[in-house]
Amino acid sequence: MAILTDSELAYLEGKLQRKANEVEQDIVGAEWSEHCSYKSSKKYLRLLPTKGKRVLVGPGYDAGVIDVGDGHVLTIHIESHNHPSAVEPYGGAATGVGGVIRDIMSMGTRPIAVLDALRFAPLDKSNSKWLFKHVVRGIADYGNCIGIPTVGGEIEFDPSFEDYCLVDVASIGYGKKEEIISNRADVGDLLVLAGGSTGRDGIHGASFASRALEAENRSAVQIPDPFLEKLLLEATMEAVQQGCVKAIKDLGGGGLSCCLSETSDNLGRGFEVDIGTVHAKESGMSSAELMISESQERMLYVTDAEKIPKLKKILDKYELRYSILGKAAGHQNLIVRHNDSVVADMPSELVAHAPLADRQAKRPAYLDSIKNVRQPRQPADLGKVLLSLLSSPTIASKRWVYQQYDHEVGVRTVLKPGDADAAVLRLEDNKFAAVKLDGNSKHCYIDPYQGTLGCLSEGRRNVVCTGADPVGVVDHLQFANPEDPEVFWTFTQAINAIVDYCNFMEIPVVGGKVSFYNETAKGPIKPSPVMGTLGLIDDSAKITRSGLKKGDSIFIVGQTAPEMGGSEYYEQHHKITGGQVPVVDLKTDKKNGDAVLGLIAAGLVSCAHDCSKGGLAVALCEMAIAGNLGFKVDIKKVPNSCKRSDEVLFSESHSRYIIGTKDPEQVEKSLTDAGVVFAQIGKAVGIKAEFTKSGKPVVGLTRLKLESSFASLEKTMNH
Amino acid sequence: MTKVGIAVFPGSNCDRDVHHVLNNVVGLQADFIWHTKDRISGYDAMIVPGGFAFGDRLRAGIIAAHSPIVSEIKRMARDGTPVLGICNGFQILVESGLLPGALMMNDSLRFVCRWTKVKVQNNETPFTSEFSKRQEFDIPVAHGEGRYMVDSKLLKDLKKNNQIVLQYSNDDPNGSVSLIAAVCNEDGNVMGMMPHPERASEPIISATGKNDAITIFKSLADYLKGK
Repeated sequence: MAILTDSELAYLEGKLQRKANEVEQDIVGAEWSEHCSYKSSKKYLRLLPTKGKRVLVGPGYDAGVIDVGDGHVLTIHIESHNHPSAVEPYGGAATGVGGVIRDIMSMGTRPIAVLDALRFAPLDKSNSKWLFKHVVRGIADYGNCIGIPTVGGEIEFDPSFEDYCLVDVASIGYGKKEEIISNRADVGDLLVLAGGSTGRDGIHGASFASRALEAENRSAVQIPDPFLEKLLLEATMEAVQQGCVKAIKDLGGGGLSCCLSETSDNLGRGFEVDIGTVHAKESGMSSAELMISESQERMLYVTDAEKIPKLKKILDKYELRYSILGKAAGHQNLIVRHNDSVVADMPSELVAHAPLADRQAKRPAYLDSIKNVRQPRQPADLGKVLLSLLSSPTIASKRWVYQQYDHEVGVRTVLKPGDADAAVLRLEDNKFAAVKLDGNSKHCYIDPYQGTLGCLSEGRRNVVCTGADPVGVVDHLQFANPEDPEVFWTFTQAINAIVDYCNFMEIPVVGGKVSFYNETAKGPIKPSPVMGTLGLIDDSAKITRSGLKKGDSIFIVGQTAPEMGGSEYYEQHHKITGGQVPVVDLKTDKKNGDAVLGLIAAGLVSCAHDCSKGGLAVALCEMAIAGNLGFKVDIKKVPNSCKRSDEVLFSESHSRYIIGTKDPEQVEKSLTDAGVVFAQIGKAVGIKAEFTKSGKPVVGLTRLKLESSFASLEKTMNH
Repeated sequence: MTKVGIAVFPGSNCDRDVHHVLNNVVGLQADFIWHTKDRISGYDAMIVPGGFAFGDRLRAGIIAAHSPIVSEIKRMARDGTPVLGICNGFQILVESGLLPGALMMNDSLRFVCRWTKVKVQNNETPFTSEFSKRQEFDIPVAHGEGRYMVDSKLLKDLKKNNQIVLQYSNDDPNGSVSLIAAVCNEDGNVMGMMPHPERASEPIISATGKNDAITIFKSLADYLKGK
């Protein structure tokens, strides 16, 4: 398989000033794959704001590190496993979880939660249901077995994912600041490869993921073993606690090739290894196979002669296999021996840094054709529309999914799936982290810039609704072929949005990942950036759920505009793709969020929920279902610039929050002082969801009906 | 000072949670004991926590049931030491022969993680003495193989000997015979339960805000104090 392009090979040989042998070409080919090298995206990623007062380690290492005070840190990372999951959903998704967990372990922190963002074609399309079922099972089996709770995420269904799926997994770690791995090495330090045996599984996985999905390549998919990973986790934690490792790197895409070259480059030390020592699954593996195998559950530890007896003792306790591959050296090269002969000898810096690609960007022509759409007629029965939206799989309850995940192990999960807009985890008795993943491929397709801003705004709203101060984001940017200028333009728009949002909000980007070539014979995926937002709560009294409470007065903060493009209402109900997507005004977004945080801090909020997919109507129904209550809301009171009731009910305008309170006078006063657009729109009362307009009924549905529609995904999957 | 031992196998994953609740919430001193330990002394009770011991390979609990620490736990159980198995720990105790019956795949054929309610049917064990009889409390389950099975003869015996300790109250998560959530041995000193009391012992992480499940551990503390 030719992996390097002609120009890359010429560049490599020019730098080496000699021919590169086949093993060297395979090593460099893995490392210079888009997946490992970020050669299309790196220039743009440098634009992201990554500094902040809490950021100890930004993007670049395995996971970002955030100082949460009192000597503790949070680590966070996000990865995807799209190609593997599309051909082998169970193994692909499971190994995706395994990979991101190892990134968290590599920093010396214990993973305390997993979240996943999943995207599939509608469930009646080709193999979508099969993919969905087995992806969920793969995540469940891996996370459950290893004992890390899967606490949240999001799922979207869209036809652009036909014969494909996006499987993004994020993990959060928690640890002591003093135990963060310093990542250094001295000459003579030992390189220890521990964990899974190296086999012929996952050969060329990184390269496989760096091309469009053409054919099923199952041998490029790795095999999961969560039990082995659990042993590796406990061994790594003990090794960190006992101070017997100087650097850690997990083995992921590109196998030993990437792990060794990147670690050597990062540490500024040459490595001399003999891959004849690698504990392998089978004999007779070639040098190249050993170097690029992506067999799972493997870690590289750097230690020294004094510390190695302790490390060996720990690995033996967990009955983990390990090989001492070689040593750190005084030079700057990666020298690979296979038994007696040198099979590769190249400068690590050269291997670890692919020549960056210059990608052309051009505004896609399709944007003009979907800019203006004909307004659909308002349906006579808006209650029926509301029920159909509640039963749309993107909006419907994900109980079928999260009940398969152990989301409680670790005794940290304060707000559980279904409780609130984000998961809330206990860090200490009075310190909590809120975390959520958000994406919206429908918005991002119609307007990648505003769509991406929207994902960030939604993430901020989600953590704010739980009472948390947003402190950092991670981004996962997923697009089709970057060599297509129209695709690449959408990527640059997403970058611009992240730069603008994060600079304005002063929220640093602490980690991320780019995934290109997400396309099949059916075509490219819609641009699908997924943003993860992390917040902190310093007082348990602030923790806020989304369920309505009896007697609550209901307020809305924010303005509703007729921005119907990409809404569930247009896409699901009217089958319209196009129009104006919701626009984020940064100032308003910040002001509204800060005002809600102020109300929560003042103890005025009994429940909070943001308006997103399905708009105001769906948000209120979700609050009613979660709170086992009904409500009465007058849509005439909702601050809006809409001409029609369906627009007020289903617009997905950003920066809007719905809150319930027992003290409407005080809330009114605080929101007036904050200078935000708001209104008191109704009350939590009875057993029905009732919308009126100046007293006249618009929608009236019993909660039982709402619940039945909301349970539709569960019914489909149990069927 | 009384001490509780927490058996830790490769793949145990609720060991740290039980340790936290006993030491920091209940105020009982608890230590981890690695599975290779073949002589245990100085411990007044043993807990076998949840997780996936040995990755649930072969069959949940079967490999752990043949480990050195389980031989010790058997000896201690014979001497009357209280032994509690939670979730995977219950599976291990069943596989080791300390408790009757078997734990099968849930009737949904899926892993299930959710809160439910259980009812106390026997409040005369070291783990339930502080409950009132028929008291209901909130507690979560998280398991793939939690469907408790016995044949009709054994079920009769269990009832006769008062070995059914906890039953799900109508909201059955897995299809267990007679809604059984926990059983004990004939002497009552060994109990296995599928639900997780350590996840329901603190109001902050309780789905309902209630933490009555802590009474499982408080009963044990009380029992050990009175010994």
